[in-house]
Amino acid sequence: MEFKTIVFYVLGLVMVFAALRVITARNPVQAALFLVLTFFNAGGIWLLLQAEFLAITLVMVYVGAVMVLFLFVVMMLDINVDRLREGFWSYLPVGAVVGVVMLAEMALVVSGPYFGLDAMPEPPAAQAGYSNTQALGRVLYTEYVYPFELASLVLLVAMVAAVALTLRKRKGTKYVHPSQQIAVKRADRVELLTMPAEKE
Amino acid sequence: MESILEPIASLFGPVWPLVWTLAKIVAIIAPLMICVAYLTLAERKVIGYMQVRIGPNRVGPLGLLQPIADGVKLLLKEILVPSATNKGLFILGPILAIAPSLAAWAVVPFWDGGVLADVDAGLLFLLAITSLEVYGVIIAGWASNSKYPFLGSLRAAAQMVSYEVSMGFALVCVLMVSASLNLSEIVRVQGTGQFADMGLGFLSWNWIPLFPMFVVYIISGIAETGRAPFDVIEGESEIVAGHMVEYSGMTFALFFLAEYANMWLVAILTAILFMGGWLSPVAFLPDGFHWLFIKCSAIVFIFLWARATFPRFRYDHIMRLGWKVFIPVTLVWVLVVAVWIMSPLSIWN
Repeated sequence: MEFKTIVFYVLGLVMVFAALRVITARNPVQAALFLVLTFFNAGGIWLLLQAEFLAITLVMVYVGAVMVLFLFVVMMLDINVDRLREGFWSYLPVGAVVGVVMLAEMALVVSGPYFGLDAMPEPPAAQAGYSNTQALGRVLYTEYVYPFELASLVLLVAMVAAVALTLRKRKGTKYVHPSQQIAVKRADRVELLTMPAEKE
Repeated sequence: MESILEPIASLFGPVWPLVWTLAKIVAIIAPLMICVAYLTLAERKVIGYMQVRIGPNRVGPLGLLQPIADGVKLLLKEILVPSATNKGLFILGPILAIAPSLAAWAVVPFWDGGVLADVDAGLLFLLAITSLEVYGVIIAGWASNSKYPFLGSLRAAAQMVSYEVSMGFALVCVLMVSASLNLSEIVRVQGTGQFADMGLGFLSWNWIPLFPMFVVYIISGIAETGRAPFDVIEGESEIVAGHMVEYSGMTFALFFLAEYANMWLVAILTAILFMGGWLSPVAFLPDGFHWLFIKCSAIVFIFLWARATFPRFRYDHIMRLGWKVFIPVTLVWVLVVAVWIMSPLSIWN
């Protein structure tokens, strides 16, 4: 067996286990941490597929930023496990439908040879000096520049909306602008007095 | 070199690449750990002299064995695990704190070709790995099941995520002028240019055209490692020691090692990205690792200097500096550099 195959199976097994634990772990913080592990292993598998840009971006964006904020919120929740399990039966049908659809899609991918997908030509081997990151960047900023800019605009609007929705001006804060604080002179705060010594 | 290694390689057979890589990893980590140990001594000495004290001078000549004594002390101390903690995560915290700060060294080039993994997306790898550092602190803070560690870890999460953004933009500028994500290539590009041809290499390094980014990167680096004056994560006057309150012995030492290893990492990255890495400042002196070490030490000295000089920032001021000062500055400078590169005045052709 090739070394790569062993790596793939290790990554895959850990990923499937971690993904299972995401939905079975009782404690939401542990579930979130298992999700981190899942992302990390998915990144590893993408690296094996020579998609290093996607793999590193997955780790950077999802593990490094999204999940940190996720944990941040989950950690502060006061969690009652029994109440979380209350709605189990009412959510089951919706969950089952989603699960079945996903399973069917996976079956389609895995059973590719039966549908003649193996007739697709193998991707050509990368020549020396080929950089996945560079190639992706070139395509994104030339061929797909309008969809790319549109997507970033949508994200920007979402960001502004999120800020606008949660922004509240608190009344009565004693906030002092740093430039005012820096501009303070000694004379504004302290006064030196000369007074004669007092005799007892 | 190859011919000397051949008999050893044949001895190991197919596992030789693994053995050889492990040997290289040890060759990087072992000196790093010595540097980390002696950085603690250097810090106490430097701050001591800045405060007109002598600093540690009892263990060994000039106090030179102090780090060894500290290490032995920490190794021999009992590891206390408070009863109400989440045990698995409590132990995982410090491990996750130190693992990324060591893993990041895989792509650091020490001299021309002297790098463990010469990957094309090195800079991206670094961004991804350093963004994992915050997990150790968060997990430790939560698993301790106590108020001060939790407050410390919340502060850490907010602070690290904030400063990563401006650090990222500073790196974007560097990769735009170098047209590469490979750290070795970034150094090589700095060795070319008008001044480098005149024999004055240090004027061709990135720190002059990208000076605002250079400053932003160093300050963000201090904030990212949680060093003074940005050390509210462990601010001992308010929250005792932040996420490290419940830790003792080696588990505490791992946080400590991670912090100092991160200082070296930020320093060596600043040296590589902005100060020409292993390149010699003038043409008549040979290039080599010693230059990188000198530059790196100078930047680490700035870290210590800053700690001895500035009082701690208030937390809202830290956030203001990150979001309202650094991010606008870096965004504007990204634009300036982009226009500069495309204009006829470009110096990077």
